[in-house]
Amino acid sequence: MATGALRRTPLYEEHKTSGARIVDFAGWEMPVQYEGIKAEHEAVRTAVGLFDVSHMGEVFFRGPQAEEAVQRLVTRDVGRLSVGQAGYAAVCYESGGTVDDVLVYRRPDDFLIVVNASNREKDLEHFRENTKDLDIEVTDESDDWALLALQGPEAVELLEGFTETDLSSIKYYRFVEGEVGGMAAILSRTGYTGEDGFEVFVRPDDAPRVWRALVGAGAAPVGLGARDTLRLEAGMCLYGNELDAKTTPLEAGIGFAVHLDKKEEFLGQEALRREREAGLRKKLVGFEVEGRGIARHDYPVVLNGETVGRVTSGTQSPTLGEAIGLALVTPEVEDEFEVVIRNRPVAARAVPLPFYKREKK
Amino acid sequence: MSVPGELSYAKTHEWMRREDDVATIGITEHAQDELGDVVFVELPEKGATYGAGDAFGAIESVKAVSDLYAPVGGEVVEVNEALNDAPEKVNEDPYGEGWIVRLRVSNEGDLFSADEYEKFLEEEAG
Repeated sequence: MATGALRRTPLYEEHKTSGARIVDFAGWEMPVQYEGIKAEHEAVRTAVGLFDVSHMGEVFFRGPQAEEAVQRLVTRDVGRLSVGQAGYAAVCYESGGTVDDVLVYRRPDDFLIVVNASNREKDLEHFRENTKDLDIEVTDESDDWALLALQGPEAVELLEGFTETDLSSIKYYRFVEGEVGGMAAILSRTGYTGEDGFEVFVRPDDAPRVWRALVGAGAAPVGLGARDTLRLEAGMCLYGNELDAKTTPLEAGIGFAVHLDKKEEFLGQEALRREREAGLRKKLVGFEVEGRGIARHDYPVVLNGETVGRVTSGTQSPTLGEAIGLALVTPEVEDEFEVVIRNRPVAARAVPLPFYKREKK
Repeated sequence: MSVPGELSYAKTHEWMRREDDVATIGITEHAQDELGDVVFVELPEKGATYGAGDAFGAIESVKAVSDLYAPVGGEVVEVNEALNDAPEKVNEDPYGEGWIVRLRVSNEGDLFSADEYEKFLEEEAG
């Protein structure tokens, strides 16, 4: 690796013990799979899986103007979040291009923004550079937290066995400070899989005990490989694929997280308003490959022989048994187009997102 | 990892079983393990010809795509059509039902014996 020493999460030894295959991801030595991507994917869809996502960054905003700072930095109106509520948001440049996609947690006395590992340093610089005039403190506490995601239809029941915290009272996208196995934790009913479950923030020293307890109780360890197939089936964006500095959140189909009407001006608001009025230059579509082959990131999308976009993510969907993908294409693209798979144009058909939606109990 | 003694091996992790002038080709147990769950095999057309070392197809796992290289040169006389519906055979039985293609050999490749391939794997693992 050209970029110096790779970092390890507090759960690295647990992954080795569980037989994980380790890869370099955004400068971290992370488990890409244990038993196999398909088996892990299925465990999350039908039972319960456990992910180590400790590489993600935790940035806290504190001080009298913390809310003002967060309002300026993210596309969601965080004034509408109540204490104990989390919201998905984009962070934009003045141009409307995307710096990162994040979760904003409104806590009693501060805001927590959970950022992508690959964007941590860039985000911090962006956050600080654009809030210099405000009376706030921006602190990167990523090294003070481990983050575990317990996901799947049996996740809540399994976690209930390890905590006195009343999980049933925590609604989707809500969080509480509680405990797991007697260890302090933030329990957040969020995830990146399309299933019910929790993301659990614990202290690094406590993480291995929590991990072992949950795996011991039957949670399947799940690596980044299945994390990607699960989020893709759920139609969720991945920064670097669907989102980047040249793509706005409106183009990437996450307009639901962009509150153009919010009173507090946010970075990129003007550009996004103009884009909304003028019409999008490109749009995100979900598709299924109708011919033979699997679409992959960066494969060209063509219509009548002309390149009209690129595949942003693509895989063989373990749940559907079909090759699925997301693509950023020009606005005139409708239901039918082709994806060029190794020099061969293959028919594809646009389908509504998400590809997979769990049945609500 | 199983490395059957009667087969020849390419450093790109294909195996070859030779019967007269016909070579049956697949990927090794090591290769399928590295790939993970195989979900698609792009097979060549019957009658197509390839030189030793040419890419003749591709194999995809959930996560990644890898080219398949011909260990020897020749004409495609048979492809394993069963892989269209059951690509997982490559994982389950890489040296048997997971075979990929048969070539009528017209030029030889520079291949490892089983012993040499095992040594090669050890060196690759470092």
